[in-house]
Amino acid sequence: MPQSAARDGEILIADPVKLSLPTDTHHIKDLLPGAMVLLDGVIYTARDQAHKRIAAAIASGEKLPFDLNNAAIYYCGPTPAAQGRIIGSCGPTTSSRMDAYTPLLIEHGLKVMIGKGVRSDKVVQAIKKHGAVYLTAIGGAAALYQSKVTSCELVAYSDLGCEAVYKLTVKDFPVFVSTV
Amino acid sequence: MKTIPPSEIRSKLTELINDCLIVPDRSVTAALDNISASGEPERTAAELIVANNRTAESQRLYCCQDTGQALFFVKLGDEVYCPDLIGTINAAVRDAYKTARKSVADPLTRINTGDNSPAIIETEPTRGDTLEITFLAKGAGSENMSRLYMLTPADGETGIINSVIDAVERGGRNACPPLVIGVGIGGVTETACSLSKRALLRPVGQNNARADVAALEKTLLEKINGLGIGVAALGGELTALAVNIETAPTHIGMLPVAVNLQCHSLRHGTVKF
Repeated sequence: MPQSAARDGEILIADPVKLSLPTDTHHIKDLLPGAMVLLDGVIYTARDQAHKRIAAAIASGEKLPFDLNNAAIYYCGPTPAAQGRIIGSCGPTTSSRMDAYTPLLIEHGLKVMIGKGVRSDKVVQAIKKHGAVYLTAIGGAAALYQSKVTSCELVAYSDLGCEAVYKLTVKDFPVFVSTV
Repeated sequence: MKTIPPSEIRSKLTELINDCLIVPDRSVTAALDNISASGEPERTAAELIVANNRTAESQRLYCCQDTGQALFFVKLGDEVYCPDLIGTINAAVRDAYKTARKSVADPLTRINTGDNSPAIIETEPTRGDTLEITFLAKGAGSENMSRLYMLTPADGETGIINSVIDAVERGGRNACPPLVIGVGIGGVTETACSLSKRALLRPVGQNNARADVAALEKTLLEKINGLGIGVAALGGELTALAVNIETAPTHIGMLPVAVNLQCHSLRHGTVKF
């Protein structure tokens, strides 16, 4: 029976592209759809309720929980961290639930979105117009992704529990280029 | 009459839930580990999922961050007495989810219940002196992509096939493929939905005992794997691992078809008392 050589946390692919975050349009434009990318740097978690609040804050001119300019958002609500660990399991959630808010966030500087599944036409148009990128993470690979997080800090909306905004630093975080 | 103490049910269920949330159905990991003839990036995506499931098991981590809403299918014998069974199941959910994600909220205020209760419990009265409880963790990503089609008898088998394909084409990319697809045909609305959920519990690779239903399962699986969605929806040949159909008699004027998409994090298990 053929067995893959994949072992704990090890990624087997030849010559993946590296992308440091935060990034900008200049670096994003060279990414090819379908390519595997290993992310290094800072990403912010935000999902349904955090997006609702960020969009409301933009609309009312309130201070945002983090600087959106050239930022990367990861659609993720992690499990609680077990004792002695940086973060719990932290795979991507379905991106399309954020579609209603995403064009507004892109207009305000958001450059990188990481999630899973398809995006709306409006989001795709906003990505292309503003030189942003949508990256697909592997849904359900949450234990693997937690091993790529080197720091985790609560930034805002702690009352939302797993839906709060966390600032993560990641290293060799594997994703695939979906829309650029 | 056999009495089963709540404390025994609570502790065994807590253990079952914990184990299920860490180690998904082994048949899924095995299928991904033996994926053949697939190109890139599907092969890499499959390897990442296999690596994930091995990491989860070896380090006792949740295989997916969406530890789901807790579903239970209870078979309660008529010679068994279980005082406060619903309360006991919910107590086990609260115990087990202390370290897991609290993913249950009021549908209108969106205020989280804080402990992942209440569980969703279906109870079936049976004969005998046994209690059997099956747990299924259902995440939002795949459940959101599930659908109910109220067809007419004239729609027939073609209508059923078109409905299942429609559900997968519209939602399969968001539902974390490779999928297990539960299809419930017949009854009334909730019968079809319940059957589609129960169909997920059947072992991957085991077809329905009815030859005509098994043939329909095979037809659908072949068509779905021809859609090109692939592992992690990155394009490829492995979109579904199984199509499991369950049926029930329905009204002469109806043909309900429920399609439940299940992600590859298929987390379920059963305890018997």
